[in-house]
Amino acid sequence: MSGRETSGHGTARTVLSGEDIGRVLTRMAHQILEKTAGGNGVVLLGIPTRGVPLARRLAARVRAVEGVELGVGSLDPTMHRDDLRFRAVRPLEVTDLPDGGIDARTVILVDDVLFSGRTVRAALDALAEFGRPRAVQLAVLVDRGHRELPIRADYVGKNMPTSRQEAVAVRLTEIDGSDAVLIVSEGADR
Amino acid sequence: MRHLLSTEDLTRDDALRVLDTAEYMATVADRSVKKLPTLRGRTVVNLFFEDSTRTRTSFEVAAKRLSADVINFSARGSSVSKGESLKDTAQTLEAMGADAVVCRHPASGAPYRLARWVRGSVLNAGDGTHEHPTQALLDAFTIRRRLGRLEGLSVTIVGDLLHSRVARSNMWLLSTLGARVTLVAPPTLVPVGVEQWPAEVSYDLDAVLPKSDVVMMLRVQRERMTAAFFPTEREYTRRYGLDADRLAAMPPSALVMHPGPMVRGMEIASDVADSTRSTVVEQVANGVSVRMAVLYLLLGGTREVT
Amino acid sequence: MTQCGDVVTSEPVAGAGRWHLRGVRPFGADPVDVVLDGGMIVEVGPGLSPAGANILDADGLLALPGLVDLHTHLREPGREDAETVASGTRAAALGGFTTVFAMANTEPVADTAGVVEQVWRLGRDAGHCDVRPVGAVTEGLRGVRLAELGAMASSAAGVRMFSDDGHCVSDAVLMRRALEYVKAFDGVIAQHAQEPRLTEDAQMNEGAVSARLGLSGWPAAAEEAIIARDALLAGHVGSRLHVCHVSTAGSVEILRWAKSKGWRVTAEVTPHHLLLTDDLVTSFDPVFKVNPPLRTATDVEALRAGLADGTIDCIATDHAPHAPQDKETEWAAARPGMVGLETALSIAILAMVETGLLDWAGLADRMAIAPGRIGGLPDASPDGTRALSAGAVANLVLVDPAARWTVDPGALASRSRNTPYAGRNLPGRVQATFLRGRPTVLDGKIV
Repeated sequence: MSGRETSGHGTARTVLSGEDIGRVLTRMAHQILEKTAGGNGVVLLGIPTRGVPLARRLAARVRAVEGVELGVGSLDPTMHRDDLRFRAVRPLEVTDLPDGGIDARTVILVDDVLFSGRTVRAALDALAEFGRPRAVQLAVLVDRGHRELPIRADYVGKNMPTSRQEAVAVRLTEIDGSDAVLIVSEGADR
Repeated sequence: MRHLLSTEDLTRDDALRVLDTAEYMATVADRSVKKLPTLRGRTVVNLFFEDSTRTRTSFEVAAKRLSADVINFSARGSSVSKGESLKDTAQTLEAMGADAVVCRHPASGAPYRLARWVRGSVLNAGDGTHEHPTQALLDAFTIRRRLGRLEGLSVTIVGDLLHSRVARSNMWLLSTLGARVTLVAPPTLVPVGVEQWPAEVSYDLDAVLPKSDVVMMLRVQRERMTAAFFPTEREYTRRYGLDADRLAAMPPSALVMHPGPMVRGMEIASDVADSTRSTVVEQVANGVSVRMAVLYLLLGGTREVT
Repeated sequence: MTQCGDVVTSEPVAGAGRWHLRGVRPFGADPVDVVLDGGMIVEVGPGLSPAGANILDADGLLALPGLVDLHTHLREPGREDAETVASGTRAAALGGFTTVFAMANTEPVADTAGVVEQVWRLGRDAGHCDVRPVGAVTEGLRGVRLAELGAMASSAAGVRMFSDDGHCVSDAVLMRRALEYVKAFDGVIAQHAQEPRLTEDAQMNEGAVSARLGLSGWPAAAEEAIIARDALLAGHVGSRLHVCHVSTAGSVEILRWAKSKGWRVTAEVTPHHLLLTDDLVTSFDPVFKVNPPLRTATDVEALRAGLADGTIDCIATDHAPHAPQDKETEWAAARPGMVGLETALSIAILAMVETGLLDWAGLADRMAIAPGRIGGLPDASPDGTRALSAGAVANLVLVDPAARWTVDPGALASRSRNTPYAGRNLPGRVQATFLRGRPTVLDGKIV
């Protein structure tokens, strides 16, 4: 299913519909259960902004499938970014770890889009300040390529080759009022 | 924000951004590793023309928790005490590549001059009898943490309003954030022109206390007495000192604040200063969080104005 | 047609020479020709054709009597890094002045015949305008003992005005004695009215702005109290009091009352107090630091009204040059004062003429005739009737009232740059100044 909307000087193309996103997340939940031996000791940490509702949705799906309650929280990596001085000051988001912390647990970082890998690198640094997980994994809804660091995701909702002139916009009901993933080409209003 | 020079010029949005950011910074203090790499490679100069171990240390801890390099440049024992001008000092700091200058100066407005002579950000850490914006921000932060809000609160500021930079900064900031501010002092210590401030003025502490959610006591320097601002220390304490009886006249949830250093027995009785209603110790801890927030907001992005 | 102010010399003439000013408008009236010869105005009328004169085609330029400044700080001797008699009088001539009164607070203080004669000679040698030294009232401006007022009066400098400017003669007995003593040679005491105890460490006008900025206040009452006291003393002993740089609405009221008593009290106001207000201090830029301080808009309005109705007799610049290290500092460390000679006429036009409060004749009175009378200039006529007419000394200034210019501190002739008008676009430009028939400024440039 793909639609096309025109705005500004560019175009936005829907690549995942709401239904697609639902299917993708269900598959990812199954993969997580499989790969972590039933979700034992797993904590899902969403990276703000859109990684946070994604982490909650994954936890809800795991609960629905297996009745297992995963730890859920959020982790703001802003203070650990290496590109702060190239952009305007970023407002800080909430960091909220589940009870019991992360020591000796399997932390799965959850984000909407994996691009350069710099956000994930910063998140790994931020994580180290809260403890020592047994393992850290990464789950992303979209992998759009163009990595600048040796980082890869353990769980990928959709691989989506893009050009650098394009932007990937993830919309989630909790924040944006509806679910969709769009590819916005150069010049479009986002 | 490019500089933090006053709270009078601080917008409501900017002030709230500082307080919200400080909430995040406060969580860092609870971690086992109390350090963030955020300002790695940035240089913060503490330029203090007045002794203030308390404020200087607070800024130093804040900058170090954000991994900035800190240079303490105190006027005493340096070229400044040998007559070097503020402008020459500014040029020296420029040459050192200071990204931020934290300036404490006995002359009102000195940080404003400095801001014209350096490329980095200037943080006013107290200028003469003008402003002390980070003190006001940490006071507002402390009130919000304790009472959950600022909007609609009645805050009473008591003491040497004429000479207090803390009073000025708090009065502007708290009124910007929606609190009702009442200033209490003997008329000699109320500046001429106070009518234009967004605050009520009263000479009667006892009339104001029962309606106060927060009572902020200011230090009163004993030398004011010799300049005939009030007759004796005893009379000042009787009319404007906060003792146990006056504490009892305040609403049970009301807070007692003091920016320090306190003159115990003068403007505040020891048992009041040490009571659970007093936020004096918290104010110190919150000072670090607020100053981290300000440093992050000034230095945590590109220099270009967006 | 030649440009305004262009000089066409028909025949060279020796000395001060003979000048034919064609088509000038005296006090803004219809164009006439004016002939200067031997340092005097010899003829005024339409269509003159004097033989052997330098011709200046004024083509409608305004002619005013040479301006007189009762209050200038030339800084020499002592602070030649800030100003010299030569640089200060160049600035004066460019501003249209033919006489400046040099204040006594030099290093050493002008409190002896020796120092006042030195300043007078430096002025004469520079030749840009007449320099009339002001003698100190008290030795070393210390306010303890009278200086040798008589010796300064009978010196070559012929001092008639005495002032401790920068300091107030605050001791009431000393002030009374000074007022009495100068009656012997028709002197005048120019008082810097500032009650010292009320202004200890004072940094700016006390009011709403000082309350905000946390700068200690200089209350209006500290000026008004001294003016009231001195007016009473002058009335009591029947002597002449001149009040320097009046800055408050209350002072204007007190002066109005003192004059209504018939007392011999005169007063001056600075150009900056006619225009600028204390909210400029919000920048903390010490270029706006001055003593007395900038006041409120209400005060500015009262000062303008007082100058218009004659309660305040004249404009005086209080030209106060300062070296950069004394101004490029934090506010409290900066010295008070602004340069003003080169902008005074423009500010007066902006504040008084463009507002309709004074016409050109009125402006000439406040900037030339009245100050000459107060300062006791020998060629000043009591009512100014001789100014710009045949038989008067040829001190005059030609102004293009329509020209506008932008103040560039670096382009000032003063050695100092502390003008509060940097970047301001101002009306009125001095094209030529004549001192006793000799041009000191032509085409807006020093001759």
